[in-house]
Amino acid sequence: MTATGPGPLAPPRATARTRGSRLGDPVAGVWLAVLSVTVLGWIVVAARGGDFLTTTNVVTILQNSVALGLVAVGQSAVILTGSLDLSVAYLISLGTLVAAETMASGGVVTAVIAVLALSAAVGLANGLVVTGLKVNAFIATLGTAFILRGWIEDNYTGPAGKVPASFQHLGYDRVGPVPVSVFLLAAVAGAVWFITRRTRLGHHMYATGGDEHAARLSGVRTRRTVVVAHVICSLCVGAAALFLAARLGAGAPWAGTEARYDLESIAAVVLGGTALAGGRGGVTGTLGGVLVLAVLDSVFNQLAVDPFFKNVLRGVVIIAAVAVYARPRRAAKGRPTA
Amino acid sequence: MLTMQGVSKSFMGVRVLHDVTLDLEPGEVHALVGENGAGKSTLMKILAGEHTPDTGTITIDGTAHAFTHPAQARDSGIGIIHQEFALLPYRTVAENVFLGREPVRRGLVDRRAMERRTAELLAEIDVTGITASMLVRDLPVARQQIVEIAKALASDVRVLVMDEPTAPLADHESERLAALVRRLTARGLGILYISHRLPEVFGLSRRITVLKDGRRVATLRTADTDADEVVRSMVGRELTAYYPPRARPEEIGAERLTVSGGGNDRIRDIDLTLRAGEVVGIAGLQGSGRTSLARALFGATPFTTGAMTVGGRPLRPRRPRQAIRAGIALVTEDRKTEGLALHQSVRDNALLVTRAVPPRGGPPTGREITALLERVRLQARGEDQQALYLSGGNQQKVVIAKWLAARPQVLLFDEPTRGVDVGAKAAVHTLVRELAREGLAVLIISSELPELIGMSDRILVMSEGRLVGALPAGADEESIMRLATGGRRGGQKDAA
Repeated sequence: MTATGPGPLAPPRATARTRGSRLGDPVAGVWLAVLSVTVLGWIVVAARGGDFLTTTNVVTILQNSVALGLVAVGQSAVILTGSLDLSVAYLISLGTLVAAETMASGGVVTAVIAVLALSAAVGLANGLVVTGLKVNAFIATLGTAFILRGWIEDNYTGPAGKVPASFQHLGYDRVGPVPVSVFLLAAVAGAVWFITRRTRLGHHMYATGGDEHAARLSGVRTRRTVVVAHVICSLCVGAAALFLAARLGAGAPWAGTEARYDLESIAAVVLGGTALAGGRGGVTGTLGGVLVLAVLDSVFNQLAVDPFFKNVLRGVVIIAAVAVYARPRRAAKGRPTA
Repeated sequence: MLTMQGVSKSFMGVRVLHDVTLDLEPGEVHALVGENGAGKSTLMKILAGEHTPDTGTITIDGTAHAFTHPAQARDSGIGIIHQEFALLPYRTVAENVFLGREPVRRGLVDRRAMERRTAELLAEIDVTGITASMLVRDLPVARQQIVEIAKALASDVRVLVMDEPTAPLADHESERLAALVRRLTARGLGILYISHRLPEVFGLSRRITVLKDGRRVATLRTADTDADEVVRSMVGRELTAYYPPRARPEEIGAERLTVSGGGNDRIRDIDLTLRAGEVVGIAGLQGSGRTSLARALFGATPFTTGAMTVGGRPLRPRRPRQAIRAGIALVTEDRKTEGLALHQSVRDNALLVTRAVPPRGGPPTGREITALLERVRLQARGEDQQALYLSGGNQQKVVIAKWLAARPQVLLFDEPTRGVDVGAKAAVHTLVRELAREGLAVLIISSELPELIGMSDRILVMSEGRLVGALPAGADEESIMRLATGGRRGGQKDAA
């Protein structure tokens, strides 16, 4: 990054941070956390005579991260833009059902298209309600969640449809040791990273989340940006639904709700250093957040921690992480105000 | 180049602008003055495409425009520097400058081009010390403003509207801004300059348009008029006794607050005495520690060293609550975020402090609050009007009322008249002097030297976190600035 330096009259101040220096940045912090949780887990498990870093275990951790990863990546897009999506869990459930039923009657391609179309439609609806009717995103997407839930409970009582073996490859196959689904996550995360970091849309998402009024005054079409972010989010959720359908071999009304992907995804995003208010953070951090949760889960499982206590620990970790992010950074503190 | 013809605008039946006409020539600074609520902001927002006018036309180079989105105004060559900057603190300078019009190469944002062009823009307007890749939050206010200007220039504006651009700046920064404004007009830009500060209006403008109650009162050639005439047409009356008379020696009484050797991580070696009946002014440049001093006295960012007494008793407040109990009040410089609950009523705001910290004589009655609001000369539709809808001056009066309800002994003012119109300013000044006369100790921090000199019985100057000098009432601007900028002449401590 070469920037034209200031003139000789004003030497650059050493304290001013630029895009290049990221010390104290939550994104760097969360990956450090992934590393330290892994090392800690390895030590604790090794002390009990186990082996944490086996290929099987690492692969399991990755595999277990895929569904939450896909949802959380989508969630990052809306949260960055200053919105939120609480309808993801029910959309996943409905997505698996639509996928499995369509696959049973039609073809795999039709099913994929159907699920993505359904997701895009739900995202569009969420976005339009938030921007057009100016309903707070929390309430708007909670409402969508209720509507989807009502639809599901009215039409399904248990698993439905059947996923052909050809599509289950997505859930179970591996390339070498790496599950195919991890590539799906990588591709989706890469795409969202690319959109947020390299395109104008992405810049406008950060701007809208950072200060909607300022963005609007700068000529950013903030409403359209929020709507598109919601569509991106829902498409990621659709991908998660397809993956889960492949794993389950059928559609299930509880596919998204049992694992509480709505709140878990928000936790992962926040753990990854994205500001809940929007405008700061990104996909890289979110993936770190997802991994921290997955590694913790794995450690707890290996140590056979009581599942209730496990949740207590997860809660403590999330709160502690956000408390650390909330601490004022030193560079900002050193500058006196008038 | 730009003509606004017969512009009218009403909000919910209330007419805010009435048939206003204004024109701007290339290379001209056209000043727009008027009290708060005169319609300047609305006029500006119409020009910026934030509001659509009910009637009237905007013509740029012979083409009529009807803006419905800020982007259209900008694409037609109109740029706005808002009083509250429209910047994203966590994005870089370049990202802010090109926000909404990022250069794209093969469909992707070209960061390198963005940073290069930002650097070129900054160099073009002769600005140093800002790098395209810095985060905006790391820049001081004056530099952030320059980023705003660069942002406007990046979209090839030909008309630049500046709304109170010097309000957040210290005097030497204002001079730098004035120089920048002259460089911009030399390039053929037309500048619509909104300001309460008449000296700078006279220093910069070619013409002055005065708005009053939504109507244009006059458009004057700056060379043919003077401050008196402008002020007269703004308020419709002469403002001769601009500042109330200072305290006579016998009016200055007992010590209300003393500090010796006070300091924390931003200020140090503070020796200070505030007495009943006396108005003490604190001068200093932006970043000199003035606000930090007020916040330390108030316990918001407490002193970590030194001794302090309040009302004769030793007390170094560690929390605002302690300070309030001891009778200290702080009117902060940012009333919108620190002074008021904007969505609550005038009455609720006036009760804000006493509800949290009930004063010794019991909380004020409704009648007392009404009397207080009358006393601060509040002009509002009623006590249940939301603070949000008051003009800056009236908001400030509510903040003052809120503190008076707590019956304080020591009143600290940080920028008491920032963003306050001329009429309300005089009212605030008169009120402050009245309060001192009743035996309160008053401290005023102000970036406006005339105000500081006009109001203070004694002026202390801060520089780099220390009190570097004390000057008597009526000291001239030059000696204050000499001390504030670090020329340590006459640097005696506050020995009085």
